[in-house]
Amino acid sequence: MLNKDTYDVVIIGSGPGGLAAAVAAKKAGAEDVLVIERDTELGGILLQCIHNGFGAEIFHEDLPGPSYAQRYIDESLELGVDTLLDTIVLEVTPGRKLYVSSKQHGFFEINARAIVLAMGCRERTRAMIQIPGMRPAGVYTAGTAQRFVNIEGKMPGEKVVILGSGDIGMIMARRLTFEGAKVERVCEILPFLSGLTRNYVQCLHDFDIPLLFQHTVKFIYGKNRVEAVKTVAVDDKWNFVPGSEEIIPCDTLLLSVGLIPENELSRQAGVEIDPITGGPYVDESRQTNVPGIFAAGNVVHVYDLADWVTLAGYEAGKGAAKYAMALRASEVDRIPVLAGNNVHHVVPQTINKSSLEDEEIELQLRVRTPVEERVMIEVHDGQNQIARRLARYARPGEMNTITLKPKNFADVEKASSITVDVNPR
Amino acid sequence: MQEKYDYIVIGGGVVGCIIARTLSRYEGRVLLIEKESDLCMGTTAANTAIVHAGYDPLPNTLKARMNVAGNAMWDTLAGELNFPFERRGDFVVAVGEDELPALDTLMGFAKKNGVPGCLILPGPEVRRREKNITPDVSGALWASTGGICDPFAVTIAAAENAVMNGAVVKLNTEFKEFIMEGDRIIGIKTNQGDFLSRWVVNAAGLFSDFVMHQAGVRPEFKIRPRKGEYFVFDRADVQIDNVLFPVPSDKGKGILVTATVHGNTILGPNADIIDDKEDTSTTISGMEEIWEGANKLVPSLSKKHVIATFAGLRPMGNAPCKTPGVDYNKDYIIEIPEEVRGFVNLGGIESPGLASSPAIAQEVVDLLKDAGEEMRVKKDYEPIRPARPRFREMSQKDRKLLVDMDPRYGRVICRCENVTEGEIIAEIHAPVPATNYDAIKRRTWLGTGRCQGGFDTPRVVEILARELGVSPLEITKRGEGSEFLFRPTKKVEN
Repeated sequence: MLNKDTYDVVIIGSGPGGLAAAVAAKKAGAEDVLVIERDTELGGILLQCIHNGFGAEIFHEDLPGPSYAQRYIDESLELGVDTLLDTIVLEVTPGRKLYVSSKQHGFFEINARAIVLAMGCRERTRAMIQIPGMRPAGVYTAGTAQRFVNIEGKMPGEKVVILGSGDIGMIMARRLTFEGAKVERVCEILPFLSGLTRNYVQCLHDFDIPLLFQHTVKFIYGKNRVEAVKTVAVDDKWNFVPGSEEIIPCDTLLLSVGLIPENELSRQAGVEIDPITGGPYVDESRQTNVPGIFAAGNVVHVYDLADWVTLAGYEAGKGAAKYAMALRASEVDRIPVLAGNNVHHVVPQTINKSSLEDEEIELQLRVRTPVEERVMIEVHDGQNQIARRLARYARPGEMNTITLKPKNFADVEKASSITVDVNPR
Repeated sequence: MQEKYDYIVIGGGVVGCIIARTLSRYEGRVLLIEKESDLCMGTTAANTAIVHAGYDPLPNTLKARMNVAGNAMWDTLAGELNFPFERRGDFVVAVGEDELPALDTLMGFAKKNGVPGCLILPGPEVRRREKNITPDVSGALWASTGGICDPFAVTIAAAENAVMNGAVVKLNTEFKEFIMEGDRIIGIKTNQGDFLSRWVVNAAGLFSDFVMHQAGVRPEFKIRPRKGEYFVFDRADVQIDNVLFPVPSDKGKGILVTATVHGNTILGPNADIIDDKEDTSTTISGMEEIWEGANKLVPSLSKKHVIATFAGLRPMGNAPCKTPGVDYNKDYIIEIPEEVRGFVNLGGIESPGLASSPAIAQEVVDLLKDAGEEMRVKKDYEPIRPARPRFREMSQKDRKLLVDMDPRYGRVICRCENVTEGEIIAEIHAPVPATNYDAIKRRTWLGTGRCQGGFDTPRVVEILARELGVSPLEITKRGEGSEFLFRPTKKVEN
């Protein structure tokens, strides 16, 4: 369980963006940094990306996903970042309160001075591209299949057709081939590759897996399990080319048809979403329209390299730390003004101590019960008197005041709160 | 030793389950069989989830009587069984002046059928009530008793309540033929063995013709499946709060734009008469037809926000209406036929079958009474089926209380719909257990959101395997033959 209920920076998600934000926030001076991860380990989707190709930009090395993640996991933990695993953030309010739930820690609230949204993205589904046909088992997004193979160690299919030439799809074509499955073909509706060329060469070309541009899936067969798909060629306007249909027997259809930034939490928090990117509008520090809420990585727009997500995470973490520490400073400066003996209320209810350095602050108050003799209006910090003023009487119907002056600053500076009493003389 | 029952109900759709629940109120042993791996996998699985008011069926038909009587029973049913039901009312929307007379026809039906609370609204008033509606709206019939529900929840809750009251539910159990003694049915043969019973109720939906033919009843009766396809929208992006019908045509009630109790707007269905009773595929032409139909009512819809498509089959029959002078040949069959004894025969229960189901169950009881059954209410009959916690519908404060009580409700397995491990485990061990992915989906609404199960599927497979004590390789999407996983990956040799 956490020993704090308020953090300087809370980061939602521990993929490359989240971990980089945590490291950067710590380095930029944030004291209390927390990463919340819904899975049981830190690292996000990097953990299921066991292929290499990570780290070229930052480390000038060719690392597998889990090794790349481990560098940032180690660094975060060395820097003293707190973590919550197997924990979900249910809601983020515009006031930066988080409602959080987990089996291990229960249901609780956390307050954040700054938040970094690093939830990444989700995969587009069959329904979003509206592939007609039956709805059997065996239709998976490439990422879900990747989790089954690389994390659970189970094969989701033996004879596979892949729709879409996204990177995860091509990488899974090779991965499934290594595991003894037969990848029949990859269909791409566009006339060009939607992933990286290096993935085409290393994952499809080198394994003789056919890639058909301007082809899509027109129908899925099978009541319980996929039995076949019907593929078809399309023209430049995505119209089906008559006579080009082919029925390909298979037990699995993998979809690698795009990624969408995952922003449900952001929306709840009042973060404005750019309809073009699907992610929040951000400034150069990756701050959203909601003050103190930052966003980094695929939650903002979809990147093709994890290294770039890391770099975006650094910016957001730095920005969040700066915001949080300024807020923390102002919190220390601000103290409450409390209603003491016979005082009904005082306005202002809080004061910024530093304001008193060069200007007066008038405290306005009303008493609870009338006192028809001379009274002393006194301001103290619980032990030492700071200011006082004599009044001829005190009546609830007539407001009283007492003014703090710059000469009182030295006393007020030491106080964690001040109280106003109205005592009989 | 063969199992002996007083009543066997064939078919675990909404009609069969509500009949089983109603029969379980009376003395006697009740068995419900369903050939699929779960309840509500036929017509109940894929429809518009509407409890129709009753202005649509032709007056003096059995369909009209069942619809109106059934509609009035839903408040009590929902109250006793604890499922989501909202009497929001519905609109039949006329577009352009040409469609206005159709509203008068429906109003006439409403009066003859005895539907309360109907009125005709002028176009501007309809636009005030539903801002997304087409500017070409010329008027609408407003029926205040129209409702929406979750058909899965209704059916499963009814079956659970039947089990609470002593009924037995057997899944994966397919009817083959009757066991006869002269002209009396004394039991049934199934793929899981023989079961004896004094009465057998045919609630087999799409396959009701096969069942009655096995009893030698109505050889001319035939079910033609009428396929309907649907679109589901992300509730974050599309919010239609009303139930909007077009004016009906000879093909049926037409393509709706409607709210659901889960907050998602859905479009559909079209009506495509087909032969294959298992063809629940969506088609390009069907999807285009729905899109066109829905845009006629609400022009602002965008395909970008579609998160699911599905199709269902209605069991359209060819039974003539028994009322003299009514020329109608798609009426419901609810009868105890003369040819055989011990058989309650239902057929052609297509829309508004969901709305009618409680009245159909009552009709079955009345027929049994007429046939000389005493129908004595059990002393310990329990009409209340308690609801289970639904994390996604709770306030943050109630969530905290629930998680404090049982921490398994603190682990969210489906991110889009906020379904927790506690809810999944409760369904796996419920009175009618959910033993595959789709069964859990029907009960918890998990996997129905934006990511369509992308995140939760591996986790649900793991939980199912653990709770059922089997390998993850045995976990299925919708019963045998729909396993998710084939084999372990290659082992690394050390």
